[in-house]
Amino acid sequence: MNSNVTSVKLVLLGEAAVGKSSIVLRFVSNDFSENKEPTIGAAFLTQRVNIDDHTVKFEIWDTAGQERFASLAPMYYRNAQAALVVYDVSKPQSFIKARHWVKELQERASSDIIIALAGNKVDIVEDGGERKVATEEGQKLADEEGLLFFETSAKTGQNVNEVFLAIGEKIPIKKPNEHANNANADGSNDNNRVDITSSDNNAAAVSGCNC
Amino acid sequence: MDQETLDTEYDVIVLGTGLTECILSGLLSVDGKKVLHIDKQDHYGGEAASLNLSQLYAKLKDGQISKEERENKFGKDRDWSVDLIPKFLMANGELTNILVHTDVTRYVDFKQISGSYVFKNGKIYKVPANEMEAISSPLMGIFEKRRMKKFLEWIANYKEDEIKTHQGLDLDKNTMDEVYYKFGLGNSTKEFIGHAMALWTNDDYINQPARPTFERILLYSQSVARYGKSPYLYPLYGLGELPQGFARLSAIYGGTYMLDTPIDEVEYTDDKKFKAVKTKLGTFTAPLVIADPTYFPDKCRPSGQKVIRAICVLDHPISGTADADSLQIIIPQSQVGRKNDIYVAVVSDAHNICAKGHYLAIVSTIIETDTPSLELDAAFKLLGNIEEKFINVVELYEPVEDGSKDNIYISKSYDASSHFESMTDDVKDIYFRVTGHPLVLKPRDTQEE
Repeated sequence: MNSNVTSVKLVLLGEAAVGKSSIVLRFVSNDFSENKEPTIGAAFLTQRVNIDDHTVKFEIWDTAGQERFASLAPMYYRNAQAALVVYDVSKPQSFIKARHWVKELQERASSDIIIALAGNKVDIVEDGGERKVATEEGQKLADEEGLLFFETSAKTGQNVNEVFLAIGEKIPIKKPNEHANNANADGSNDNNRVDITSSDNNAAAVSGCNC
Repeated sequence: MDQETLDTEYDVIVLGTGLTECILSGLLSVDGKKVLHIDKQDHYGGEAASLNLSQLYAKLKDGQISKEERENKFGKDRDWSVDLIPKFLMANGELTNILVHTDVTRYVDFKQISGSYVFKNGKIYKVPANEMEAISSPLMGIFEKRRMKKFLEWIANYKEDEIKTHQGLDLDKNTMDEVYYKFGLGNSTKEFIGHAMALWTNDDYINQPARPTFERILLYSQSVARYGKSPYLYPLYGLGELPQGFARLSAIYGGTYMLDTPIDEVEYTDDKKFKAVKTKLGTFTAPLVIADPTYFPDKCRPSGQKVIRAICVLDHPISGTADADSLQIIIPQSQVGRKNDIYVAVVSDAHNICAKGHYLAIVSTIIETDTPSLELDAAFKLLGNIEEKFINVVELYEPVEDGSKDNIYISKSYDASSHFESMTDDVKDIYFRVTGHPLVLKPRDTQEE
């Protein structure tokens, strides 16, 4: 089961109420709930996608609201190999904020992080609602900054799987002889690493969680 | 941002994002309390933060280095994460238990510290971590080793309700000195047991009842047995990951975080109980507040101890340690004519806390003279060439009252010990005073995966 599985830490960013959690819920459970409460109680969600003959396992980190008063910890960006920056196509302010998050990621995250930009809530437009951020604007930002770009709807599911597939395709495939362990960006040795949740004694160099 | 939805009423307000405060925030949030957590500084960790080099220069050297010079010498700022307070986790200690209990382990990776060393007659020796090392260790003669073995067997086999395992000793009545006497242990072995295993920083324990020392030795032995090289664990990216991990736990359970938000004013009710804090983001009320001592200086007193911590950047491993990537050195007080032990905590790029090829050694002790830097000389000599040295002298504070009168619950400063056991005692104590019930941790063995 562990052969050819690449674990990827993916962080979510974007203004409150743009649908970050809804996109993840759609991706992970193929579900949507209309008046969702702000995110409470989920450490991170995981979902696997199959790409050709290997599997990418996304470990999706939610901001848990810590972005609200500029209080995201460095830990959040640590070893993130992918980021999904979300805005709401009906809220120009959220697009401005998305630019800010892309800049923040370039400063604080690893230099080879794969960033995808998602203009969410396109269903509103299809229902006759007013679009305030043109597709071209999103595409332009993505082109300038080298981002993947999709317009999505967590409500209908449009393009949600596609975003994660596109990210997964850009993740370097792990060689089969590397054991399934946490991301270790600098490739430093795993000597002395321990799993403190294990109750076994003498568990030197245990691999990461097997959730 | 959508500040219109910002609540102004909370169950608990927590001030300062030190480890003590963040653990409490996490635990209380999981309990269902609505927590607002504020820090006047723009980073997590409070007094126990891990800083990058530019932050460190700004804090401890008035920023005395140009960016070019710093980068030439030490590389990228973001590669550095330097602990202000040097400590390791005991592998079987209470902080480890709390991490497992709360699942904060999923945010932080740990490594073993490669070895613990003790200073004797001018040289350092590895504290044996297993029987093989014990047999070959030059620290004791062959007969003393046998006596030591008997002593450790007594500890390992001791069962509270099986009187014959006590071998005639009463942990609450007999002093530790009487225990040493019973096993015929010499002064040098007493020093080893008391300082390198029980981790006492001075000799006050000798004439006190044996139980606390017994428990410390048991904790040490069980911690060594757990992973095999030393009793200590250390988080990748530095100790600052710990408060961040618990803050994330709190946030996931609904906790609200505001960094870089100084407290403009504390408001009190007519009967002088805590009422609210006023900040640039608004006034927030709660029935009680938990804070580190820096937020309520007039409600704290000096504990009587001052600690010096010298953060030394090295470009080489410590000689005599087989190039260990991490270690602790204990210099017992009697070896250098002092009252308090000197500790050296070494970590390196293997822990992602400094640029490649560097080592960080933090030397610390409780100050005894007017020239604290000189007190650390014996330790500096063990380090060889020091690339850069940051000296931090701090006074330790504790709250004057227990918080029951004014609903202000204040934590203690981080002490001079080499581990987190006194910090977790403080956490449990505050948790009890705030909630009225003790903190019950689920046992590690029944943990579901």
